[in-house]
Amino acid sequence: MKRLLMALALVLSAASAAAQLTIEISQGADNPAAIAVVPFAWQGAGVAPEEIASIVDRDLARSGQFAPIARADMLGNPTTEAEVFYRDWRSLSAEYLLIGRVSADTGLLRIDYELFDVVRQTKVLTNSESGPISDARMLAHRVADAVYEKLTGVPGAFATKLLYISVNRVPGANDHSRLTMSDSDGARSVVLLDTHEPLLTPTWSPDGKNIAYVSFETGRPAIYRQEIATGRREQLTNFPGLNSSPAWSPDGKTMAMVLSKDGNADIYLMDLATQKLTQLTRHYAIDTEPAWMPDGRSLLFTSDRGGKPQIYRYDLSSGKTDRVTYEGTYNARARVSQDGRSVVMVHQTAGRFHIAVLDLVTNRLQILTSTDLDESPSIAPNGSMVLYATKDQNRSILAAVAVDGEAKFMLPASKGDVREPAWSPYLPR
Amino acid sequence: MKHLTIASKAVALLFSAALLVACSGSDTKEEDEAAAAAAAAAAASASAAQAAQAAQGAAVSAEMAAIEEAAASAGTVFYFEYDSANLTPEALDALNANIALLQRNTTNIRLEGHTDERGTREYNLALGEGRANSVRDYMVASGISGSRIETISFGEERPIAYGTGEANWSENRRVELKSQ
Repeated sequence: MKRLLMALALVLSAASAAAQLTIEISQGADNPAAIAVVPFAWQGAGVAPEEIASIVDRDLARSGQFAPIARADMLGNPTTEAEVFYRDWRSLSAEYLLIGRVSADTGLLRIDYELFDVVRQTKVLTNSESGPISDARMLAHRVADAVYEKLTGVPGAFATKLLYISVNRVPGANDHSRLTMSDSDGARSVVLLDTHEPLLTPTWSPDGKNIAYVSFETGRPAIYRQEIATGRREQLTNFPGLNSSPAWSPDGKTMAMVLSKDGNADIYLMDLATQKLTQLTRHYAIDTEPAWMPDGRSLLFTSDRGGKPQIYRYDLSSGKTDRVTYEGTYNARARVSQDGRSVVMVHQTAGRFHIAVLDLVTNRLQILTSTDLDESPSIAPNGSMVLYATKDQNRSILAAVAVDGEAKFMLPASKGDVREPAWSPYLPR
Repeated sequence: MKHLTIASKAVALLFSAALLVACSGSDTKEEDEAAAAAAAAAAASASAAQAAQAAQGAAVSAEMAAIEEAAASAGTVFYFEYDSANLTPEALDALNANIALLQRNTTNIRLEGHTDERGTREYNLALGEGRANSVRDYMVASGISGSRIETISFGEERPIAYGTGEANWSENRRVELKSQ
């Protein structure tokens, strides 16, 4: 079947249309590290494009693992190592101190920064970031990533993006849905697709350059692939019945998907170069929501073949299927951490829908959320946080929880509903 | 209305047959009388046929009206239990009323499957399709041609009732029959 559509989608600009996410931290970790992020010195002409230090400060706070010290409490504003007096920071019980300087030259922004261990009274990191001034916020997130990695041993995932669907109800008409992309802190939202038909399952290519999603814009569900930089997009499927649940393989060459052209919902693979299909599952029950294991050798999927939805694993080399979840009456929509050890999913217990994480090594299942009607979990590329959608006073909002269950924050939209978050992989510089 | 049209056509045909006989050139009085008698007989039988047709037409139209009324009162939305694509007794009653009507017309229809908000969106998309397929399969088993039926699932994306709780959820677990 020749692909139908090669269209240039309008990449609509942000501001007016996109529902901006806000962030409310609801719970931190048990023993967050106290860090002082001092305002960085602006050494360029005019006004600084962004307040870099406060972006870093809020990133670290959102992780739940750091408790930034309020600026009002700071006894000084050092911006160079020579101006650092450890006793000032010890008296505030700060464990770490971050200082920096920002300059701009011919459209390029440069951030130089130093991180100190206040307790040991030593400098632990000297680093710099530079890039286009228009990318100032992303450069700030990279500073936060480096600080986070230095202090926790795990790479940060602040310099990443989110996809989500924002929806406004239109009385007497179809909902207005917008596929939206923002920074990981909800800033700089951009509308990638605007439609009055349902939009589902936005997902990233492993290189972070393309996305795929399900759109009903033709009146029927179809899978689309879209290049972020150019907005060029292509309708990948147009089969009778379901065309849904796209999931890129780790090598980016294959897309798992759900089609029902041969009877009912089954899992298929599409070779993206040739668009040749291979049917993986053949069962009269529902098979859906494929998710690749990071090694690309097997896929998890949801099936109600046992009577209720549970997670199963399909092994590509043997063609064998085995059941993964047993605890709970409803387990669905698995997403796997990059290390292949943790599976996050929607888990129903006592009639309520929560996000749970299953450790594939110990087989221990932990419920991460206490809200209800939780859905669409998406795991950060560093495995630290799970972003999901939930209901708050009859509105759909996004929320996040640490994989250890400790830190939590919410990302409600400034207006309307937001749902189906998809956390990007690490992005190319 | 089809039966009325047929009856009036039959009457018109008989009437023109009688006229033909009456006007055919006749040589004798006997022949004229015979022709007149034939015409009278034809006219009599025509009116008898007309009456029978009308009576039958009235019966058909009454039956049709009853079917239409039953279908209208059953409605075109069939409801389901949670996480199930099985037809409930209530859904079957409503479905049977609509099938009786579909057996007497040639309308093409579209079955739109929907779910409540509980559970995952993609699973619900498949569940909504299962519901539409259940209705389609029952219709086909009841003699409605599958070529007249299109199915689509919207999963939980097109709720009727936006709130949370069983009162809203039960409204949303449905298949809608739409004429095309």
